[in-house]
Amino acid sequence: MGGMIQALRRAPAAGSARGGQAVTEPRWMSSLLLAVSVLFLVFFLFLPLAGVFAEALRKGVGAYLDSFAEPAVRQAIGLTLTVAAVAVPLNLVFGLAAAWAIAKFEFRGKSVLTTLIDLPLAVSPVISGMVFVLLFGLHGWFGPQLAARGIEIIFAVPGIILATLFVTVPYVARELIPLMQEQGTQDEEAALTLGASGWQTFRRVTLPNVKWALLYGVILCNARAMGEFGAVSVVSGHIRGKTNTMPLQIEILYNEYNFTAAFAVASLLALLALVTLAVKALVERRAGGSQSADEQPVEDEV
Amino acid sequence: MGLLKRRHSVLPGFGLTFGTAVLYLGLLVMIPLSALFIQSSSLGWRGFWEAVSSPRVVAACRLSFTAALTAALLNALFGFVVAWTLVRYRFVGKRLLDAVIDLPFALPTAVSGIALTALYAPNGWVGRALETWGIKAAFTPLGVVIALTFIGLPFVVRTLQPALEDLDLDQEEAAASLGASRRQTFRRVILPAVTPALLTGFTLAFARALGEYGSVVFISGNMPMRTEIAPLLIMARLEQYDYAGATAIGVVLLVLSFLLLLAINLLQRWSGRRHMRGV
Repeated sequence: MGGMIQALRRAPAAGSARGGQAVTEPRWMSSLLLAVSVLFLVFFLFLPLAGVFAEALRKGVGAYLDSFAEPAVRQAIGLTLTVAAVAVPLNLVFGLAAAWAIAKFEFRGKSVLTTLIDLPLAVSPVISGMVFVLLFGLHGWFGPQLAARGIEIIFAVPGIILATLFVTVPYVARELIPLMQEQGTQDEEAALTLGASGWQTFRRVTLPNVKWALLYGVILCNARAMGEFGAVSVVSGHIRGKTNTMPLQIEILYNEYNFTAAFAVASLLALLALVTLAVKALVERRAGGSQSADEQPVEDEV
Repeated sequence: MGLLKRRHSVLPGFGLTFGTAVLYLGLLVMIPLSALFIQSSSLGWRGFWEAVSSPRVVAACRLSFTAALTAALLNALFGFVVAWTLVRYRFVGKRLLDAVIDLPFALPTAVSGIALTALYAPNGWVGRALETWGIKAAFTPLGVVIALTFIGLPFVVRTLQPALEDLDLDQEEAAASLGASRRQTFRRVILPAVTPALLTGFTLAFARALGEYGSVVFISGNMPMRTEIAPLLIMARLEQYDYAGATAIGVVLLVLSFLLLLAINLLQRWSGRRHMRGV
């Protein structure tokens, strides 16, 4: 850590109008604060992330790659891709519809609707799964009728999709609503005045205006859809080779002490997380540097 | 529908998009969640009380609550330091540090769970060092706190960052020129200005930690009465087809979450911010 603090770049004192000591901490204090924050992030973020790849590759690249030859692992990867392929488009359509209604119109009960969209974020993942067991489980409300018709929802793929849909509802809408509210309705009104149809206005005016936020929302939604564990665990039933998603397969492999394979599957999801973070950084840079902390005038020097 | 009086607008598509949103939320969120409450009301007060007052349930709820609270306090403290260094200082690697703050949002909880366990277990990189000092991290309540701290970190940092960026340096300068020490300026000028954001971040981290499952179950060891968290107990009840017991604990957790959500809304109205950056 010492090296990192030593390597601090001194902000050019002459370039800043407020170079004085009035709004800075003493040097020892700022070095201490920086050391604390770097150490904290190392122990809580960097080491766990590095650990995933270190454990996955501990027995060499061969053993790492062999983990993916296992049929159960392949099935889990396939199911995870299927679930995301259903959940992400549905939540994308919902997110666009909800954002259009909330951002472009005034109506009573708007704050209730916004709260409802955020609700799944406040609910424990286990509860998110449980509500579908209460509805469609064997002893649930519609369980007996469904069983009589031979329809399986709980301990089957439809239940996994439902639970995933529930937990990923907010992501696209939450990225779009604040941005679309900020942009107002002038662009759309201009397009309509010039004779564009509603659909043309949406496609040619609104969509290009929000494309980066939309991309980030979709990426976030996808990451959560592929990585959801608690909710899916409740409804899956963990049937080997049938209803295990990647996170569930990680749990099974881990509990069987097959650490290399568990961390190998985990490393794929960790890579997905890194891509998500990279896209976020990219989107933030695109969406105007004014919000980026880096481009604010530096008021303090260390 | 007098409820839905909308202001006259020339834009089309309100009916379609509003209808789609309400229908989707109703089917996917409202009906399933109300099923939980209806199911639990069929228990009656007596049954409900019996289900939630057993020693194992009380122990699990107490652990979930205290571990989530401890983790949120740790995050409020360290998250403040992290947000401060990211906003105020310039150093090599700052972009990387800033980008990685969101890792707990992006990393699936099962992956976080096994990664933290591998790190803090007695044979792990950090766990081995802690062991020599006689500290056991994994498979103890401390392990639960570690996992919940990991999960809650971005909430505090990402709510504080914009608040710290908005601070007016003129006020700090004025305080200093009037003879305040840096410490006094911090306590009397900076801290009061960012308190709403700090409290919001704390509450968000607390609410998230309360229901967290995936990152905890690996590192906690799941011993009933000792390291079993409430969401795990719900899972155990469901596996025994004890829907009534599971719903009762679920309702307790859900009501707590709703109260925290309400607190967050009030806090955000107080601070005038609706959305935290990037979340």
